[in-house]
Amino acid sequence: MNTVNLTCIGCPLGCQIEVMMGDDNEILLITGNTCPRGESYARKEVTAPTRIVTSSVRVYGSRTGERMVSLKTASDIPKDRIMDVIRDLRGVAVPCPVRIGDVLFKDVAGTGVDMIATKNVD
Amino acid sequence: MNKTDYDLIVIGGGPAGLAAAIGAYDAGEKNILILERDTRLGGILNQCIHNGFGLHTFQEELTGPEYAQRFADLVLERGIECRLDTMVVSVGTDAEGIKEVAAVNETDGLLRLRTRALILAMGCRERSRGALNIPGFRPAGIFSAGTAQRLVNIEGYLPGRRVVILGSGDIGLIMARRMTLEGAKVLVCAELMPYSGGLKRNIVQCLDDFGIPLRLSHTVVRIEGKERVEGVVLAKVGSDRKPIPGTEEHYECDTLLLSVGLLPENELTVGLGAEMSRVTGGPVVNESLETSVPGVFAAGNVLHVHDLVDYVSEEAKLAGESAAAYVRECREAEQAGTEKSRDRIPVGFSGGIRYTVPSSVDPGRVRHWIKFRFRVGEVMTNRRVVLSIDGESVLSRKRRVMAPGEMEELVLTKKVLDAHPDMKSLEIRIEEDN
Ligand SMILES: Cc1cc2nc3c(=O)[nH]c(=O)nc-3n(C[C@H](O)[C@H](O)[C@H](O)COP(=O)(O)OP(=O)(O)OC[C@H]3O[C@@H](n4cnc5c(N)ncnc54)[C@H](O)[C@@H]3O)c2cc1C
Ligand code: SF4
Repeated sequence: MNTVNLTCIGCPLGCQIEVMMGDDNEILLITGNTCPRGESYARKEVTAPTRIVTSSVRVYGSRTGERMVSLKTASDIPKDRIMDVIRDLRGVAVPCPVRIGDVLFKDVAGTGVDMIATKNVD
Repeated sequence: MNKTDYDLIVIGGGPAGLAAAIGAYDAGEKNILILERDTRLGGILNQCIHNGFGLHTFQEELTGPEYAQRFADLVLERGIECRLDTMVVSVGTDAEGIKEVAAVNETDGLLRLRTRALILAMGCRERSRGALNIPGFRPAGIFSAGTAQRLVNIEGYLPGRRVVILGSGDIGLIMARRMTLEGAKVLVCAELMPYSGGLKRNIVQCLDDFGIPLRLSHTVVRIEGKERVEGVVLAKVGSDRKPIPGTEEHYECDTLLLSVGLLPENELTVGLGAEMSRVTGGPVVNESLETSVPGVFAAGNVLHVHDLVDYVSEEAKLAGESAAAYVRECREAEQAGTEKSRDRIPVGFSGGIRYTVPSSVDPGRVRHWIKFRFRVGEVMTNRRVVLSIDGESVLSRKRRVMAPGEMEELVLTKKVLDAHPDMKSLEIRIEEDN
């Protein structure tokens, strides 16, 4: 058995939630939340936490002299893959022009998720 | 020959300026000019590449540049004139109440423009280290969090490898994550106050996710290094916010990021002679977001610092609509030879509220509702926000928690206002909720 401590991000109250986990990583007890939203947040965070990853990479050939374009994962990826995604982006550069929504990298770090541009660069 | 006469000039092409111009245009005034000193529209959002913008406005989570582009597109679709790379250097009013705007850019040199209405949307800037009182040399390696954000996201340059962050404002938290992802080691985030001014979500996803400790009630007492930062010393502070001797901890680092607050950018506003608020650092405004100078409106971070850009856009739309109404009134007054009268009922507040926007109300000029925005001075739980007119409570809203880092809202509808036709006073206060 072990316990995981979380801060709920559902509202400014920021309840400190404690999740008791069994030996097979099953949830035994969730305490500390003041409302049901905290419980579902905690459930997701301990079983399958995900995040959108954003970053920026170099561009070349920009007419307006821009050096970087920002980008994001097209959907959530598992939290423990964040660093793999970032590693995959290191040292790469993309040609201009770039439009918001353009797929810049397919299946980043084998997550099955694409990285798309979040800025127009001419 | 460039055009010089407008009905509305908007200073600043950030989210506030863009939404204001759109609001005025859609309300029927088309003779508008946006002046922006940067090379692109969008303001500070261009460097905020993280997601979390626009949940309220677009019901989806956008990054800063995407949110900015949506509004820029709406401006371009309408054919609203924008001049980029153009910095406003002064504003004034002539005897007839026409506003004069002086701006400079490389192609035209000095531009002298005239307009009936003016919207201030210059945003804010970060408090600099000069505002802090940290003894020691001033070595290289000390950056404001926003400067670091620009360096990493726009210039593509990582300003340091081992980082200590002072202040737990949202920009500092966002940069803790950003620099970690770019390969830096963020050792600690120190916050002078016993609570963080940042959003919970940012504390969890920018610090906790990466195991970066948040030390509340801590400050930097010494910066080491002559040429470049070599280390900083943190200490715990007491309830008087003074360092407690014997609690010093040393961190070896090459970079100190400061995220110690934002200040509205109001040199132009002061030059115009508008009445200023000492609490927000922005101008004092009425229900139409009009400053004490008739026909000059303000919205966004220049008015008071916002944490959520959605509120900026909403507020700015109102400023745009008000400016359009002002222009219309000017025209009508010229024809009729009489001016519509103005009323000014101050908004009182108590119980821990630090300020309200607006700070005065003309009930005759409220269209559907007024949204009061305010901040509290400390964390409070189980309270009620009560609005009273002439001493009678007309609105009461429960709040489980209120914190200085989160802007509060209270909506007063026109229906309630109309039920009090001869109102003399209006007050918002916070009470215990039992
Ligand atoms: C570093 C930083 C990070 C932020 N992160 C978030 C976040 O994560 N989520 C969120 O919702 N909100 C965030 N905010 C808040 C949100 O971005 C702001 O509330 C919003 O950008 C404010 O819009 P604005 O138009 O008032 O100001 P700005 O975006 O600052 O725009 C002001 C514009 O006016 C221009 N200007 C100023 N003076 C002049 C002049 N004299 N002449 C011509 N042009 C001028 C500037 O160049 C700028 O483009 C952040 C703010 C900052 C400062
Ligand atoms: S548990 Fe409910 S009350 Fe507590 S922080 Fe989460 S959403 Fe807010």
